[in-house]
Amino acid sequence: MTAQTAADPGTRTERAPGPSLPVKRKASLRQRIWRERWAYTFIVPGFLFFLVFAYVPMLGNVVAFQEYTPFRGIEGSPWVGFANFTAIWADPEVLMALRNTLIIAVLQLAFAFPAPIALALLLNSLLSDRVRRMIQTVVYLPYFLSWVIVISVWQQVLGGGGLVAGILDGWGMTGFDAMTNADTFKILVVLQGIWKDCGWGTIIFFAAIAGIPSERYEAAAIDGASGWQRTWHITLPALVPVATLLLILNIGSILTVGFEQLLLQQPMVGAEAAEVLDTFVYFRGVLGGQWGIATAAGLLKGVIGTILVLSANRLAKRLGGEGIF
Amino acid sequence: MTAAVSKGVPPWMNPPSLWIRGVKALVITLIVITMLYPLVYVIAMSFASPSQARAGVVFPTEFSLDAYRAIFNGGTVTQGLQNSLFITVTGTLLSLAATSMLAWGLVRTRQVPGAKIVLVMILATMFFSAGIIPNFMLIKYLGLLDSTWSLIVPGLISAFNMIVIRNFFQGLPEELIEAARIDGAGEWRIFLQIVLPLSKPVLAVMGLFYAVGYWNTYFNALLYINDSEKWPIQVVLQQYVLAGVQIPGATLAGDAPPPPGVTLQMAVIVLATLPILVVYPFLQRYFTSGVLTGAIKG
Repeated sequence: MTAQTAADPGTRTERAPGPSLPVKRKASLRQRIWRERWAYTFIVPGFLFFLVFAYVPMLGNVVAFQEYTPFRGIEGSPWVGFANFTAIWADPEVLMALRNTLIIAVLQLAFAFPAPIALALLLNSLLSDRVRRMIQTVVYLPYFLSWVIVISVWQQVLGGGGLVAGILDGWGMTGFDAMTNADTFKILVVLQGIWKDCGWGTIIFFAAIAGIPSERYEAAAIDGASGWQRTWHITLPALVPVATLLLILNIGSILTVGFEQLLLQQPMVGAEAAEVLDTFVYFRGVLGGQWGIATAAGLLKGVIGTILVLSANRLAKRLGGEGIF
Repeated sequence: MTAAVSKGVPPWMNPPSLWIRGVKALVITLIVITMLYPLVYVIAMSFASPSQARAGVVFPTEFSLDAYRAIFNGGTVTQGLQNSLFITVTGTLLSLAATSMLAWGLVRTRQVPGAKIVLVMILATMFFSAGIIPNFMLIKYLGLLDSTWSLIVPGLISAFNMIVIRNFFQGLPEELIEAARIDGAGEWRIFLQIVLPLSKPVLAVMGLFYAVGYWNTYFNALLYINDSEKWPIQVVLQQYVLAGVQIPGATLAGDAPPPPGVTLQMAVIVLATLPILVVYPFLQRYFTSGVLTGAIKG
């Protein structure tokens, strides 16, 4: 591509530096770069941003192989090989965090994942557009509230001395406090997640439903299919590709369960019930000063997450569906 | 069946039986109440009179502004709101500028050598993250600890938002841009005077998303900012509502007894939520416009 066009005098003078003018003869790489030089003024700053804030921190993960202290820095800290990783396996807190993470993740997959599909189908079955739009407005809203706000609001409603506790008090049932109960905490986490994100989650399924040609429903109705049958045989299959895509992404983040959500509530319910891998990394590393071990745990989590996404993607493709990449 | 129902409905879609409609209406009413009532309750209680707030009622009937007066007397919450406002406004403007610039640069991946690689590298960042500690070390290394900029700069460009804007740019009429180019307009002029004005809808949505993100910043502030003077409102909220710290100086003028802690907490929640509630109706207009969903699929 480079050699053949060295003698191509016409290109530079005849053509304005423009994009979609058809390039008849191949220009050399250097010519092409020169011709598109303005484009780099748009690209380079943003690219540098991603290099510095997404790629450079990856290098910081080397402290997982060090006995790192901020005072000594990366250059001054001694290398310890895989010692931090073996330490992780011996650490009961890591195993506790892993157990909590997996339980919450499985509960989320079982309940929080299908919830938007059910809600989308329910709203879609409403005949009045106006009512549907009003309900959408309401259910989308909590998605935009921060976790601090969501948990503060839940605290005021379900916490000790909150709204529900007050009502139950009046009926003679004292001491209600759903926010600090360690036994039911994982269910609470899933319910909070559904409350906050379920409505917003429907938006992508609505897009998929809107893409279904209405002739299909018409034909089915003429053939005598009932409403349930139309939902089951037409609407649901149309949602499968989107659901697969979301499932792949979800599986990739199976070790990342609502970090802020859990971090905020851990003081209320205790580490036993609310320690997950991310909060472990934060408490042990940033607050506890054991940087090496915490980074090793974070790195391990990231690597497993990436492997999970890739395998889920491959599996989806093998089963005849569409992957994400 | 009302007129509104029968109008837009295709004839084959026969209305379901009364029984099913009743169940649906019930379920939907329950959903709406679950979503809305907690928020309504918090807002109402923040205005409740001290006696009713102490007694705890399902819905207050006597109202008072004391909680808000006391909070604005204290200054801490006001400071937090100011910090968040600065972060949100500055961050959103910078993010929009940086994101749309990058998106425009990456529109023509086929012609610009190297652009494809850059695009793939940026997309890849959506699937991994370096982790909490390496990010912390970077911010420390850059000297941004305890600086408000540590809450803006690391999130300047979201790869996802960039893709959404890029998708929109790709749909702009090419002839228009071509014509401007032939007329001798420079690339920056084309970008500023043609591309951006044509892209107002997508910029509005993305701007609002960035703004919500900046306003809701919590963990980064916890991680990077020690100085309580620089805390954004979310950290202030967490301190006073969840961690139960007393709001310093939140008293009323004179000898009046301070409002009960509950109403103070409720009022802080309301103040932290207010901007989202104000912006939401504008945001909401675009949800169905397909700007987002089209991009999610792409």
